[in-house]
Amino acid sequence: MKKLFNLSTTAAGPDPAHWVASYADYLYTYALARLDDEELCRDLVQETFLAALEKLSEFRGESSERTWLTAILRYKVIDVYRKKNSAWLTSLEAHEAEPEYFEPDNGHWKEAWAPRPMSIDSSDPTLRKELAAVLQKCLQRLPALWQAIFSMKHMDEVKTEVICKELKVTPSNYWVILHRAKVNLRACVEKVWS
Amino acid sequence: MERMGTIKRIQYDCRHATYLIEKRQQTSLTLKERVQLFIHLLGCSVCRLFQRQSRAISRALQQLFQRSAEQNHTLDEGVKREMQEKINERLKN
Repeated sequence: MKKLFNLSTTAAGPDPAHWVASYADYLYTYALARLDDEELCRDLVQETFLAALEKLSEFRGESSERTWLTAILRYKVIDVYRKKNSAWLTSLEAHEAEPEYFEPDNGHWKEAWAPRPMSIDSSDPTLRKELAAVLQKCLQRLPALWQAIFSMKHMDEVKTEVICKELKVTPSNYWVILHRAKVNLRACVEKVWS
Repeated sequence: MERMGTIKRIQYDCRHATYLIEKRQQTSLTLKERVQLFIHLLGCSVCRLFQRQSRAISRALQQLFQRSAEQNHTLDEGVKREMQEKINERLKN
């Protein structure tokens, strides 16, 4: 009964004939900010529209059409992260290519990797811009899962538990990954910076 | 004697200390973890430096991601037409 009532009152319900004109650029921008691949992002936007068509009856009008479509796209982006991650996990070379930063027996910094002073905590706008450029370069070298964690954490401000659930990592693994990613990122910044 | 060994271990273990530094930026540490980190940082200038740099990198990351989220991109008109056509096709069926 309630359902019928809802249907009749949402006169401004989903209107697929105007989806592309109204939301394609927005969705494309959303995807591109999270996955640096124009072709893939175009495909994801198209898939989002087609998936939404299949689910038209599930649209309740509780959120806006745009929010609803974005939620569908978001799952597609996370799916890409997951696939990239399992590809990375199965390629052992990626693991071996990663340097060991600490002494295995006592956990002390290895001489070659111990942080050295650099002027990255400056408030000088030119230096800040430079740091942003360096970071961007270094981020691209990280495994996909690490990139995914950083982007979910910083762009969507998603809670840790949600990130773990969506990327299928355990909370204790999450901290280990985040730690490793940051040590790696810092080392890269130091190398490029100086 | 046993206690001395534990403190020595904490003083040397930069891997664990940097792990705690990262964790602390996101969530609160347990009392034990806080004590461990405090003891370690007292004696380890390298990890103190790591902590400063790590925070600066976190701030810069935040700004970087926010800026890229605000940047608008547009799809080619031809691509859009194709997209809408595919939708219209499905609607007919």
